[in-house]
Amino acid sequence: MLASRSWLSRPLHERSTRLFLGVLIAALAVVSLLNLALPAGHPLHVSTYTVTLLGKYLCYALLAVAVDLVWGYLGILSLGHGAFFALGGYAMGMYLMRQIGDRGVYGDPVLPDFMVFLDWQSLPWYWHGFDMAWFALLTVLLAPGLLALVFGFLAFRSRVTGVYLSIITQALTFALMLAFFRNEMGFGGNNGLTDFKELLGFDLTADATRLWLFLATGMALALGYVLCRAIVASKLGRVCVATRDAEARTRFLGYRVERFQLFVFVVSAMLAGVAGALYVPQVGIINPGEFSPIFSIEIVLWVALGGRGTLYGAVIGALLVNYAKTVFTGVMPEAWLFALGGLFVLVTVLLPKGIAGLLAYRRPRRADPDPSTTPGEASA
Amino acid sequence: MRMIRALVPGLLLWLLVGLVPSAQAQTPGQDPAGQALLEALDTRSYADKGEAIAALVASGDERTRRWLEALLAGKLQRQEDTGRFIVVLENRGRHWPVVDALSFEAAGEMSRRELDRIGINNALRGQLQSTLAVLDLRVDDVGARREAARELLGNIEAAMLPPLQALVADEADGEVKRLLAQAIAIHRLEQGDAAAVEGLAGSLNPEARAALSAAARSDDAALAEAASGALADIEQKLKLNRGVETLYFGLSLGSVLVLAAIGLAITFGVMGVINMAHGELMMLGAYTTWGMQQLLPGQPGLALILAIPAGFLVAALAGIAIERSVIQFLKGRPLETLLATFGVSLILQQLVRTLISPLNRTVVSPEWMSGSLMINEGLSLTLNRLFVLGFALLVFAGLMLVMRRTRLGLEVRAVTQNRAMARSMGIRATRVDILTFALGSGVAGLAGVALSQLTNVGPNLGQNYIIDSFMVVVFGGVGNLWGTLVAGLSLGVINQVLEPWAGAVLAKILVLVFIILFIQKRPRGLFPQKGRAAEG
Repeated sequence: MLASRSWLSRPLHERSTRLFLGVLIAALAVVSLLNLALPAGHPLHVSTYTVTLLGKYLCYALLAVAVDLVWGYLGILSLGHGAFFALGGYAMGMYLMRQIGDRGVYGDPVLPDFMVFLDWQSLPWYWHGFDMAWFALLTVLLAPGLLALVFGFLAFRSRVTGVYLSIITQALTFALMLAFFRNEMGFGGNNGLTDFKELLGFDLTADATRLWLFLATGMALALGYVLCRAIVASKLGRVCVATRDAEARTRFLGYRVERFQLFVFVVSAMLAGVAGALYVPQVGIINPGEFSPIFSIEIVLWVALGGRGTLYGAVIGALLVNYAKTVFTGVMPEAWLFALGGLFVLVTVLLPKGIAGLLAYRRPRRADPDPSTTPGEASA
Repeated sequence: MRMIRALVPGLLLWLLVGLVPSAQAQTPGQDPAGQALLEALDTRSYADKGEAIAALVASGDERTRRWLEALLAGKLQRQEDTGRFIVVLENRGRHWPVVDALSFEAAGEMSRRELDRIGINNALRGQLQSTLAVLDLRVDDVGARREAARELLGNIEAAMLPPLQALVADEADGEVKRLLAQAIAIHRLEQGDAAAVEGLAGSLNPEARAALSAAARSDDAALAEAASGALADIEQKLKLNRGVETLYFGLSLGSVLVLAAIGLAITFGVMGVINMAHGELMMLGAYTTWGMQQLLPGQPGLALILAIPAGFLVAALAGIAIERSVIQFLKGRPLETLLATFGVSLILQQLVRTLISPLNRTVVSPEWMSGSLMINEGLSLTLNRLFVLGFALLVFAGLMLVMRRTRLGLEVRAVTQNRAMARSMGIRATRVDILTFALGSGVAGLAGVALSQLTNVGPNLGQNYIIDSFMVVVFGGVGNLWGTLVAGLSLGVINQVLEPWAGAVLAKILVLVFIILFIQKRPRGLFPQKGRAAEG
């Protein structure tokens, strides 16, 4: 018990984590304050629209942290993390759909609108239970987790790594996208799930709910960050880094590499699922587009831009790219793909360590405290 | 052409039947024979009209065909006051342009009120159609005769039998003869003649099948048994046909996959470079074809042939540009290459959207590529797919030659196996890299040229194929061209086999899942590289 507490709380003693959490919490506080305390006409007022937008960015940031965990520390370039994100989102979406009740266009007390439209008589079996929040929240974790478990178990056991793994993760999300586009799947097909009314009894259109969602996302990001930090700083994390750098050698040293990979992969998938679940009520829709391979590659770009293997870099990258996307697509939509494409090329060629690498370059390098020498670890 | 077709049967009939009335085209009023023939049609009794039609055919008048066609279309009419026969050219509006029915000279416009239509009923319509078909059977053009014979299947009247049988005996073309024999057999079968079943055995015509299945349900036990036996035979044959068709579509899809993947296999296998912009290089090839056709309007065939080298060059140059500007800086970092080339692909897509258009462009298929190759009634293979299949095999053979028989191929293989060793043997590895990448990209351009014949050419063309082509390469085994060929063709066939059973989207999903599972079993594909090169 003591060991596990020290394992989880150790990141809180790191300078970088404290800095990150400090900045994050300060930002959350400032945004809430500016949203609540100032009148709508004030130049510094942060509108609810902006709050929701920031909440969306924070979801992406959590997703980027999840990707960085597997890519930066395990060397697994997953081009399919959008699938886990979307699965979490769909689980949340299904709960929100059931919450609509008879307020839908067709007013059916049980069936969501699209099922009535498709002339379905009863709820498919996998939709049962989603009227209960706890069940939906469990599914948010379990659906991506299980998929990652099965997929990862098969892939890591047969030592599918590197480029091959990237390509089949891409195939995975592509296959899921095609599947979710089908009306017969019972997930709303092309249109996805939308027209949500309330979450846990709170009106989704209300300003207060929006702010709470934003704050919840921020908290989720903070927790996710600490969890990932804890994992990478633990002995397990050291094995992961060793696997990333020399998989065969780690194996020969006696570590069951595939188990470490599987564990971290599943954790990462669950984090992505949580990000998706927080994303859906803020954006108000989930559709198969989230499964598209391009989205998954974009996530990887956020991480690459921010600097992989740092976690905070992933957050910076996600926020920057998505802010740029919002600005560009508003001002000159045609230029966005040029900018995005150019960013891919420039970052990989000129900035292999991302923005975090730039920051580290400016600072005199200091060796990180080696976690394996601390007493708590020795007893674990 | 139409004139000749209209005139020839009359002349032939004139020779054949030997009735020689002086029924040549004459000025109106001076053609009592023609007038009399048409007069006979203008009667209230449909039975009399039927006889009049037969008489018309028997007369051998060369205008018969045009009269009958006009009659069938309801355009043979009579002016109420003068009793003059005319043919309406266009029956819309109040006043119709007409021609004289005897001389076929323009006769101005007439009001619909002053005209009487010579009406026909359904029985007459059938008689007219089959009579016209018999007339068509006397033309010189074999294709037209076949068409006419096909028309007769299931549409024979008892009255037509004697002239038809005479025609069958005289017919020189085997295909026409076979079709006519079948048409007669169908007629006999409908009359309850069990011996006719034999004539229909193995026939794939829907009409023959319909007649057989009708006969199989008849009360006559012997007839029913014979018919159902023949029917079962036909079903068997049809099943085989469908199998061949599925295989063909599968191979066609597979050949597209092979074309898309084979360039990827070279860059991926040889250089370890993941080129996500490969699909966009294909797109460039397709757009080159479109551009060629814009440059050479009216000559789609020539443009297509010129587009082959042009597409190769354009894509190869683009490939060299990508290699020099991006990939050379990312040696030994395959995952970063993947991201960078993905960025390139986004830029190329947007470039095409901005410079040309976000909408799809149509590329015309030259005449010799459209149409289809008819194997039998139940099976025809579209020519463009056949060409693409052949083209894919040619490209594959060409690449094999390059890799096996040329200096470049030797050097490429050497660099693949052991870069350091190859360099110390004096091979300029950087040059080999550039040329390999250019070759792979050029092949992508060729794939684009071929694809332009099958799908729409648009900015998203490449994106639709990139995942599939990666699947093919991974499935086949990296660095093995044979693997790519086998994997591409078999994935195409698997997809097509699954499709009727599961639907297009589900089939695709199943194939993806199959590959994902397959990779677990054999992480290095169907034909893994062996030896030291395998541990890259």
